[in-house]
Amino acid sequence: MTSAASVGERAPRTVEAGNGRRRRWAGWAFIGPFMAVFTLVFLAPIAYSLWLSVHRTQFVGGTQFVGLDNYVRALQDPRFWEGAVRVGLFLAVQVPVMFVLALLAALALDSGRLYGKSFFRISIFMPYAVPGVVSALMWGFLYGTRFGLTGNLNDLFGWNLDPLNSSLLLPAIGNIVTWQWVGYSMLIFYSALKVVDTSLYEAAAIDGATQFQIIRKIKIPALRGAMVIATIFSIIGSFQLFNEPQILQALTPQRITSHYTPNMFAFNLSFAGQQVNYAAAIAIIMGLITMVIAYVVQLRGTRKDV
Amino acid sequence: MARLASTAVPSNGTESDGRRTGRPGPITLRPGLLRPDKKPKKSIVRTILMALMALYTLVPLAWLVFSSTKTLEGLQTSFGLWFAGDFALWDNIRLVLTHQDGVFLRWFANTLLYVVVGAGGATLLALLGGYALAKFDFPGKRAVFAIVIGAVAVPGTALAVPTFLLFSRLGFTNTPWAVIIPSLISPFALYLMWTFASEAIPTELMEAARIDGAGEFRTFFKVGLPLLAPGTVTVILITTVTTWNNFFLPLIMLRDPQWFPLTLGLNNWNQAAFTPGGQALFHLVLTGSLLTVIPLAVTFLLLQRYWQNGLAAGAVKG
Repeated sequence: MTSAASVGERAPRTVEAGNGRRRRWAGWAFIGPFMAVFTLVFLAPIAYSLWLSVHRTQFVGGTQFVGLDNYVRALQDPRFWEGAVRVGLFLAVQVPVMFVLALLAALALDSGRLYGKSFFRISIFMPYAVPGVVSALMWGFLYGTRFGLTGNLNDLFGWNLDPLNSSLLLPAIGNIVTWQWVGYSMLIFYSALKVVDTSLYEAAAIDGATQFQIIRKIKIPALRGAMVIATIFSIIGSFQLFNEPQILQALTPQRITSHYTPNMFAFNLSFAGQQVNYAAAIAIIMGLITMVIAYVVQLRGTRKDV
Repeated sequence: MARLASTAVPSNGTESDGRRTGRPGPITLRPGLLRPDKKPKKSIVRTILMALMALYTLVPLAWLVFSSTKTLEGLQTSFGLWFAGDFALWDNIRLVLTHQDGVFLRWFANTLLYVVVGAGGATLLALLGGYALAKFDFPGKRAVFAIVIGAVAVPGTALAVPTFLLFSRLGFTNTPWAVIIPSLISPFALYLMWTFASEAIPTELMEAARIDGAGEFRTFFKVGLPLLAPGTVTVILITTVTTWNNFFLPLIMLRDPQWFPLTLGLNNWNQAAFTPGGQALFHLVLTGSLLTVIPLAVTFLLLQRYWQNGLAAGAVKG
């Protein structure tokens, strides 16, 4: 342990020894407050959640240890799987669509060939500043056939669209999320592109590379780090899908069930159904799935030879 | 971790047309071939495609603005992207502010409270923590990294219910603390601050201050804090947006409308139309939504360069 003390690259040679020892712990004075609150709102709930998930509370008999019963029950529950498959499907479709849009927009910004570039940058980013609740409420109105834009469109073209009461519901939710986050993703990609050394493009141009080749061979690879981060955030976001379906539920109660997504299921189990132990197990399973997928994405994404 | 970020991180934050043009070298020897100092030709096709995308993001917001000018009847009878017969915006705003004894203003004040204390506190904790991670070697530093990064991957879902139960034992639920305390921790803010502090504070400067006899806190306030100012603004913006837009956490923690933030209150008004005996308040929901969006939208417009640089740092450093 004493040898570890001297590892610090900035070990203060000129200062007396007592001061040095105090310096070793000085970092804790700064990180301490963060870690204290972090323990209260992250570590304690995680530990408590694990404890809850292996117990069961009954009116008769009180709380008892049941091992992995809650997990087994969740894995055999069709309601859980229905929600899990739904968010998986959501992730597989919504995230690629959003990324392609964001990537095209970022490349367009980066090409320097747009009129009114900063106008586009800020307008496409603007939905990020809109609270998720407001965008869900707003799109809920827009989708409505009575006085939303959908109604106007139906009147205008004689259509019969009803996004909230048809198989269009999940794509409709995907559209809300895409609308909200596409500008954010665009800016992340654009920022990553701006760091690329322009001499690379010049060198490629000397070698006779076309614009398309420059995009494919220089720009896309330069985006890999940003893509991995954005993908991981999207995985976490998709698996936690809650606000949009929860808010739209009032408009279409038959279609959005209480187990529409795993997060809604866990929420309804604990607050309407008083089944906190079961809810904890479901939340932990979703947490584990999220972590595994995020980890795989990170491994694949940061591999040097992709 | 690659130090690629150095060019993207704030420092002075000039965000004009941004790109560094061709550096001198072999290129300047053949200007006829490459003309690196000439800007690329503008493209009308690309601009039109981009305009379609901007249309996609702006039309719903335009609809919100038009809808805020309509009465409840006007909403149902008029075309969404134009005004209705009578211009009811001022009436609507007055109704929003006075409905249920002016509870909207109360929600607005609550939101401000949660933002100032929650986001402000989150920024402060991240500022101190990021400084520690970037500039100190201390026992347990690796463990801190491992725990924080590991915990970030745990989705909020897994945390919400046990946090609620824990807080209800502590007597925090249905009080502002239930919303404020969890808002104090933003691992993403900590990560950004760590990035900024590694880039912006030269260790030599800290050593100089120490040799002059300054204690650690004095060194932080005199040397670290001024250099971290641009990064701090970015983190304040990010934590402010998160807190301002928070819905799930207050939904779980709060029962009493007196403590609701705007997001929860608006949702409540919206739900009223669908509950038995409830009243349709759509014109109030929409006008209230507009009033909720405007402060953040204006802030974003005014502080563009800060969030753009912040996103750049977050994007590249991974």
